Amino acid sequence: MIINWDSFTPLASLGGGILIGIAALFLMITTGRVMGVSGILSGLFSAGEPKLWRLAFLGGTLLGPLLIYTITGTPIASEMVSDGWLFYGAAFLVGIGTALGSGCTSGHGICGLARFSGRSLVAVITFMTMAVITVYVIRHSGLGG
Amino acid sequence: MALISGVVFGVGLTIAGMLDPSKISGFLDIFGVWDPSLAFVMAGGVVVNAVGHRFVMRRSVPLFAPRFLLPSFASIDRPLLLGSALFGIGWGVSGLCPGPVLGNLLLLPEKMGLFAAIVCGGLWVGRALKQRLEKSRVD
Repeated sequence: MIINWDSFTPLASLGGGILIGIAALFLMITTGRVMGVSGILSGLFSAGEPKLWRLAFLGGTLLGPLLIYTITGTPIASEMVSDGWLFYGAAFLVGIGTALGSGCTSGHGICGLARFSGRSLVAVITFMTMAVITVYVIRHSGLGG
Repeated sequence: MALISGVVFGVGLTIAGMLDPSKISGFLDIFGVWDPSLAFVMAGGVVVNAVGHRFVMRRSVPLFAPRFLLPSFASIDRPLLLGSALFGIGWGVSGLCPGPVLGNLLLLPEKMGLFAAIVCGGLWVGRALKQRLEKSRVD
């Protein structure tokens, strides 16, 4: 195994992760809700689900990075790794997959694992494994663009 | 309150490096030149949340809502496995999961606008599909 020391950011990533954990705790103790982005988003399309807290949370998620950009003045690194039909096809898979699987990296990954949910553990192992295989195929098999 | 949580979440994603698809892809590329950073995001988030959750659950109700709404469904079924597998492929190809899609939306609106719209379309289709599968199981 070769480690990419140039892009390795253990402290910033740990700090960011801790903030994500705090955000999840804060949402749970105030609203009683799980901080799962795909679930919060898909609840917007369901009649009878309360919308206000969802819109407030999602609005905050939109604003957080903008706040950092405004304070620091440095552009936030965001380099795309695919384009065209692959990129937009992936968007559809992310949407349909997280709806069918009842959660994404935040809901299953951060919140589900913290509650020792068996469903979430299976979900995380499944999407991590598929994502690792997908990246391997794209980068090393010669099949990807 | 949900707004504050969302802002903290968005700031956390940014500091953690989660908004950068090339960094996500570098984490998933364990057979190449591997960037383990995102394991630290996961560890920080899960440990803080797991420890804090015990204290939160000592309360019988949340501060501003009538009750805690936690998933009670426990069985590992086909929608969970199929959905998570499809999500994994999409995440691997794009390096984007739903949180960072939103986090990037105002920074890169021209690139992320259509992507976010398609994610929402996928969520809508997936939700309808899941309801149909659950209904057929009950019948």
